[in-house]
Amino acid sequence: MTFRSDVGLVRAVDALSLYVNPGETLAIVGESGSGKSVTALAIMGLIGDSGRVERGKIVFENRDLLKTDEAGMRAIRGDRMAMIFQEPMSSLNPVLTIGKQVAEPIVQHRNASWPDALEQAGELLAKVAIPDALSRLGDYPHHFSGGMRQRVMIAMALACRPKLIIADEPTTALDVTVQAQILALLKELTHETDAALILITHDLGVVARYADRVMVMYAGRVVETASARALYANPQHPYTQGLMDSIPGVDGRVGARLITIDGQPPDLANLPPGCPFAPRCQYVADVCRAQQPELETVAVEHLRACFGYE
Amino acid sequence: MSEATASSASFTSKPAIQTSPFVAFNLRLFREKPLGAIGGAIFLFFLFCGVFADVLAPYGVNETDMVARLQAPSWEHWFGTDHLGRDVLSRVLIGAQLSMTVGFLAAGLATVVSIVLGIASGYFGGKVDMFIQRFVDAWMIFPDLLLLIAVVSVVGAGIPQIVIVLGLLYGIAGSRIVRGSVITVKENMHTHAAQSMGARTMHILVRHILPNIMPVVIVLFTVRVGATILTEAALSFLGLGIPPPTPAWGGMLSGTGRTYMYLGPWLALAPGLCLTIVVYSINVYGDALRDLLDPRMRGSR
Repeated sequence: MTFRSDVGLVRAVDALSLYVNPGETLAIVGESGSGKSVTALAIMGLIGDSGRVERGKIVFENRDLLKTDEAGMRAIRGDRMAMIFQEPMSSLNPVLTIGKQVAEPIVQHRNASWPDALEQAGELLAKVAIPDALSRLGDYPHHFSGGMRQRVMIAMALACRPKLIIADEPTTALDVTVQAQILALLKELTHETDAALILITHDLGVVARYADRVMVMYAGRVVETASARALYANPQHPYTQGLMDSIPGVDGRVGARLITIDGQPPDLANLPPGCPFAPRCQYVADVCRAQQPELETVAVEHLRACFGYE
Repeated sequence: MSEATASSASFTSKPAIQTSPFVAFNLRLFREKPLGAIGGAIFLFFLFCGVFADVLAPYGVNETDMVARLQAPSWEHWFGTDHLGRDVLSRVLIGAQLSMTVGFLAAGLATVVSIVLGIASGYFGGKVDMFIQRFVDAWMIFPDLLLLIAVVSVVGAGIPQIVIVLGLLYGIAGSRIVRGSVITVKENMHTHAAQSMGARTMHILVRHILPNIMPVVIVLFTVRVGATILTEAALSFLGLGIPPPTPAWGGMLSGTGRTYMYLGPWLALAPGLCLTIVVYSINVYGDALRDLLDPRMRGSR
């Protein structure tokens, strides 16, 4: 997947392959600019004018989304798949009531009448644990706190019972206590409707608790993918290991320095020839600087893109 | 007083709605923006006068009374009479009708033009934006009044011409302002969120873009009403607007107003004051409306 930019074509995501099963939660982890959000937007078909998926397939419910026209995509978006964004404070239209915004997709995709849709919106709001939901349908977004707004966004995303929900850092803007509530809610509701959930995050704590499978991205490439349990027990890629080590633990010594990964992620417009992580890798060998490692199976359902290091 | 407590508590609980939204809104206008409310009231008064001018005018517009020439304001003639013995109050009333017609029609046209061009330019961007904006640039080279005078001298003076030319003039210039706020709103997350929910482009424009630029549009409209009334007066003052004997305020100022200024100052004062007050009141009202209609400013001062 490439983007046009001032410095030429930027390959934001390369050789990416992923799948999610119904009812499953896949976490995509990586730092800023690693291609997580862009991957999500590509699935939704929303990468905009400057970006383009060069090659590949995105198959959803036996349809190749890259071959689906805009009208077809519109019919799918919000109905079969929905997205939750990271900024609940600005993701709601300030001049429309909460009820209207939640009811909107129902009216559009289900051809429901407004009163019916509003009634369903009330039920949805109650489902996302908004107290006194029915009486709040006429409220505007500014009457709601950040956590409440994210609940509304979830209600909106769930309105048509989509089979795939993509949550792009849904809790970044929220308080820690609210984060846990929101994620638990999201998880519970996706289980209930047997929807697949793609959770995009850079918070490994979130991953450990809520994800079934994890995909670690670095510089637009997948470096490791495994079940959440296996990844935590036995991280195979030096980058993943670095990420794990850099989580400050409660058992750490007071005053101990935080462990970090030295250096900066590479410039996507100007990637080094070998492994993109090579310049920062403590186990780097000559082969890493010359060749790009492919994803290889290291255990059951556990893949990594790395040459050596054990 | 129960209104005040309801609105201050609206962050945590739903404000109780007992009165109609329209009444509630006007109460709020009066409470929070008294100056704006007064402006609105004054403007409404003039609007009322304009609409019912034919009924309200105590004398015929062009009814002359050679005996009662250049009389000072009195109980028979509230605003006095002019050199032909015509009642100035009646003429000012009909002038209000004229000003309001031109003001509303031209500002309405200008607003529609601004919205269409601004949204097309701001939302679709790219080549469309480029094309429209270069056209606007080119258009804005012409001084307003010059263009008006040119058009009037070609097709002759009259309300339709003036409305169309003023509407296009202000509409094209105002599209810049609309475009700017469209670009801001377009990049708001909720527009993207709506796309991710499968909303159609038209739907996004109508439900997400348009309502969020309304504060700008309303102020633009009200300022335009004032500006077009002023420009029409300027044209009539120059003798290029509505031709006499139709009593346009600008024409009254330059005609009888200027000629008989020392003999009958009321001849200039009446239309001049009306013009000033109308333009001022609509501007103040527009400002207050802008502040109140923006839901983000609800509950905050």
